[in-house]
Amino acid sequence: MRNLTNILIVGVGGQGTILASRVLAGVVQKIGQDVKVSEIHGMAQRGGSVVTQVRYGEKVYAPIIAPGEADIILAFEKLEALRWLSYLKKDGNILINDQRLDPMPVVTGAAAYPQDAIAAIKKQCANTMVIDGLGEAVKAGNAKAVNVVLLGLLARYLDLDKQTWLDVIRDTVPDKLLDVNLKAFEAGWNSVK
Amino acid sequence: MKKLLTGNEAIARGAWEAGVVVCTAYPGTPSTEITENAAKYPEMYAEWSPNEKVALEVGLGAAIAGGRALVSMKHVGVNVAADPLFTLAYTGINGGLVLVSADDPGMHSSQDEQDNRHYGRAAKIPVLEPADSQEAKEFTKLAFDLSEAFDTPVMLRTTTRVAHSQSLVELADRKEVPIKEYEKNTAKFVMIPANARPRHLIVEDRMQKLSTYAETTELNRIEWNDPSIGIITSGITYQYVKEVLPQASILKLGMSFPLPKNLISEFAQKVTTLYVIEELDPFFEDQIKAWGIAVQGKDTFPLFGELLPEMISAKLAPSDQQTCCHATACELKTEDTPPRPPVLCPGCPHRAVFYTLNKLKVTVTGDIGCYTLGCLAPLNAIDTTICMGASIGTAIGMEKARGKDYARKMVAVIGDSTFIHSGITPLIDAVYNKATTTTLILDNRITAMTGHQHNPVTGFTIKGEPTKEIDLAVLAQAVGVDRVRTVDPFALSELEQIIREELAAEEPSVIITRRSCALIEKGTKPPYTVSEEACTGCLQCMRLGCPCIVKQDNKKVSINPAQCVGCGLCATVCKFDAIRKEGGANA
Ligand code: SF4
Ligand code: SF4
Repeated sequence: MRNLTNILIVGVGGQGTILASRVLAGVVQKIGQDVKVSEIHGMAQRGGSVVTQVRYGEKVYAPIIAPGEADIILAFEKLEALRWLSYLKKDGNILINDQRLDPMPVVTGAAAYPQDAIAAIKKQCANTMVIDGLGEAVKAGNAKAVNVVLLGLLARYLDLDKQTWLDVIRDTVPDKLLDVNLKAFEAGWNSVK
Repeated sequence: MKKLLTGNEAIARGAWEAGVVVCTAYPGTPSTEITENAAKYPEMYAEWSPNEKVALEVGLGAAIAGGRALVSMKHVGVNVAADPLFTLAYTGINGGLVLVSADDPGMHSSQDEQDNRHYGRAAKIPVLEPADSQEAKEFTKLAFDLSEAFDTPVMLRTTTRVAHSQSLVELADRKEVPIKEYEKNTAKFVMIPANARPRHLIVEDRMQKLSTYAETTELNRIEWNDPSIGIITSGITYQYVKEVLPQASILKLGMSFPLPKNLISEFAQKVTTLYVIEELDPFFEDQIKAWGIAVQGKDTFPLFGELLPEMISAKLAPSDQQTCCHATACELKTEDTPPRPPVLCPGCPHRAVFYTLNKLKVTVTGDIGCYTLGCLAPLNAIDTTICMGASIGTAIGMEKARGKDYARKMVAVIGDSTFIHSGITPLIDAVYNKATTTTLILDNRITAMTGHQHNPVTGFTIKGEPTKEIDLAVLAQAVGVDRVRTVDPFALSELEQIIREELAAEEPSVIITRRSCALIEKGTKPPYTVSEEACTGCLQCMRLGCPCIVKQDNKKVSINPAQCVGCGLCATVCKFDAIRKEGGANA
């Protein structure tokens, strides 16, 4: 296999996974790597399960990641972490936002939310990191900045220049939200001991 | 300069670089962002047309007048535009005309999975298929050159994975293409039978020339490697093949129709085993087999869904196949992870309508839009969904088959944009042919499903300029509906009363339920909360299917304050006054 990094960003429609993937792709591009990103729009955005895939390296062909090939899964929600777990490669890292959002079949009682999602994942993957993204975002000043907190966490796991991340965030978010987002990024970055 | 662009952004850029002057479309996933991005370039006129047929007619008008025009739609949109398309192949164009068909293998956001390469063959126009964003841009430009060189419309066919994937694109400047002279030419542009017959000969002659062109164009290229395995492929599948079979020899077809017979034969002769790897239908395979060339294809790969890289490696490179390292987790996946289907947003105005229709236990013929989600539990309020604009016609048919009494227990629902798209003609049919059906126009003031595009009822164009706003009530009256009423769907008892009255009426009626989409309503109101003491656990509120309302372990409900937008609908349906505005008494 060629030397590629595969990152799966999973969550629930409306959580900001697409913005996160675009920032990551922007960083990688600035560093001079080839990159491809795959997103799904439309119906899925109405609160459905959403996955965006980022692949980078010297030369990238397919924009999508096969099961068992993701180096990192960044999960915005616990159940989604479990749903996409089979995409993680051996010794890959899974980074989970400790948040529970009930899908409609759970709300209506047709299905049950797995009680021990994180425990189940930890049993499978030694490299599991759990973070209270919402709490950190609120501390940073805006509950909506969860996605940037998670980006900060992801950034910590990738061997890419930190300043480039800050530059791309600066280019991506509106000026009035910049302070909150930079704080949110730092919170995510510093959450790794 | 290189920029990271989606396939759709790249097509818009390609049109701009190619000197296009007119871009038209009806929004539809995965094509929407093409025209959205095209509208950002001041040099190009852009419009949301009422439907795809009109989009193509405006585009062909621009082309006949001598300008380059780009027309975009999703695969099912081409069904709507097919009528002018087939004849346009006869007349040919003047300025270049490119029709983008964005297909959706896997049906990420569509009602069917049709393979629109067939349209190219049926209409006898060339089809180009880009494999990434760079090609999406380059092929768009090339398609315009080809269109003018061969005097034909050209189809640029993408799929969701190309349309919605981002990859790096080398940008270029715009080349201003002068508007060509327009000269009256009735033999070419007026398709009465006497003129159309000789034009058909021209079409067949053009197909011959295009076939010759296909043999030598750079769009089709052989990448020689190990000759023991040869693969013919196109579009995104090419990328997958490069990924999982780097050692294979590949014939990449950038032009999917017409196919280069000689090039394919030559490739077939030089490889030991020949595969066609294509998504959806055996479009290449059937033609290649018809030429007497032995090839493997759909005996190895599926006819439906996306063709994923792991499927190719499983069949052709099993030793390379990565086995899932989390086998237990995979089992967990099937048993313990409930699906997460899309839902109507918190505060969505459609929720009130479907709640009421469910309560009234009526048959509902549905249509295409966010409101299609009203078919899901717990609302369960839609019986049929076929295509854009089908709801009213379906209701008429049901009434004609089962009688007027049945129409007393049946409504058609259709959105504002969809009504304009193709709801007006069946409404005319209802009036003309004496149906008594009740139609609900769910007017949420925007084209919501595809991401909030303007349409003729919003009062704004794609470039954000104010324009005349169509009055749906006046429009319905103008075609002869005497009973037209408008109601705020959140006024639940009034809505129910009006539906009952109009169902009872033995003549066609239109009820316009008007309230803005929750996502464009400015400024969210404070969330609602549930009083523990007052809540009896009757779960009536849960029938709304609002994702913020959750049943607790003690059988009572609670509201997730982070998601609730304070629309108040749940408070209206609670008989026990248990749901209140946060920090206050009930509204
Ligand atoms: S986008 Fe608007 S119309 Fe669509 S589900 Fe959400 S609130 Fe309803
Ligand atoms: S007020 Fe009730 S119905 Fe409206 S969004 Fe909040 S919980 Fe849902």
